[in-house]
Amino acid sequence: MPIRLPTTSLRTAGQAVRGARPASVVGGITFARGKATLPDLSYDYGALEPFISGKIMELHHKGHHQTYVNGLNSALEAIADAKAKGNDMQAAAVAPLLNFHGGGHTNHTLFWENLAPNNKGGGGEPEGSLKGAIEKDFGSFATLKKQVNTALAGIQGSGWVWLALDKTAGTLQVITRPNQDPVIGNMIPLLGIDAWEHAYYLQYQNRKAEYFENIWNVVNWKTVAKRLEKAA
Amino acid sequence: MPYTLPKLPYAYDALEPSISKQIMELHHSKHHQTYITNLNKALETSATALSQGNLADHAAQLSAIRFNGGGHINHSLFWQNLCPASSADAKPETAAPTLHAAIASTWGSLDKFKAAFTAELLGIQGSGWGWLVKEKGTGLLRIVTLANQEAVVVGDTPILGVDMWEHAYYLQYLNGKAAYVENIWKIINWKTCEARFVGGRDDAFVALKANM
Repeated sequence: MPIRLPTTSLRTAGQAVRGARPASVVGGITFARGKATLPDLSYDYGALEPFISGKIMELHHKGHHQTYVNGLNSALEAIADAKAKGNDMQAAAVAPLLNFHGGGHTNHTLFWENLAPNNKGGGGEPEGSLKGAIEKDFGSFATLKKQVNTALAGIQGSGWVWLALDKTAGTLQVITRPNQDPVIGNMIPLLGIDAWEHAYYLQYQNRKAEYFENIWNVVNWKTVAKRLEKAA
Repeated sequence: MPYTLPKLPYAYDALEPSISKQIMELHHSKHHQTYITNLNKALETSATALSQGNLADHAAQLSAIRFNGGGHINHSLFWQNLCPASSADAKPETAAPTLHAAIASTWGSLDKFKAAFTAELLGIQGSGWGWLVKEKGTGLLRIVTLANQEAVVVGDTPILGVDMWEHAYYLQYLNGKAAYVENIWKIINWKTCEARFVGGRDDAFVALKANM
């Protein structure tokens, strides 16, 4: 059955509910007064040019990501309402929306942080223990890049490709997730690349391979290394 | 026999202002063409593998055939169920009297059907399509949504399809997909929809057969 968005989450123009400062920070996700909020970018919308245009960044952050934040808050409210009424079925019915919008919020938050302009550490190649782990599990950085780009090109529809740590195996893996499914469980997300058309279409149109090639110029390897360090 | 890109029954700019010329040109000459190119490649690879008795290599192509074959089918049907807003075919009451009556009897009115269909289209999570179909067996009208390039190929007859992939509207509507859906109602080719409804699956897929 298709899922209908509650009308509140379709009102995308609404501003983020923001407190003076976030009440808590959970894995990079900020909440204020119990509500998810749109995180600020640590760089300007135009900072990733010419690889990702300022217009894409602005729409992607202020438009799309905001919609996921709104949808997540609507889903959480609907679940709280159902819980207050003791209506388990009603709460369970919200699960697809929670997964979609919660995943969208999480994925985009991780994505902004694992990108950076060249003058703020974006681009280049992984260093230190991250480089060692990549060489151990993929043979070389070039092989990892190739594997990620093949995975990106192979997505049928909308989705993400992640470099993730398999916690039990202790190895790095390239994995894909459809739509906004978040990376959870045994997998720890280290580097995410958004393969939704809205992530590149205004600049690259149907030439998505060019976007997948160019985005490596703005990958923030310091963030990726920090995530690996924290997870290991 | 390889599949080829069907010609559009109108010019790239003919659906303006509902859908821009740039979108139509990219959507038809690039996106649709890519599905056809990859479909032909997958069909050839799987046929070769099968002829060599290599079931594993044959099976490995099935996902690509389903995806790219669905993409070719969906887009072929989509172009045919659109037309310029000024066309007589865009008027549901006169161009699709039988279908119009069936819609009214099912949903109460054409407007109520449009509202229901719109809600389903906007509820799609990720890429996909919305279809009005005639259900096999009952002949009843149903609204279905399908993910990615899944296609209405088993039993039911596709009557009217709307592409909800971002490439179908993004250059013009950006993140405002509700406006895209609102405007697409002005360019529905109801004559095509009527022919599919009063006919059957063979009538719906006639454009596909003409382009092999």
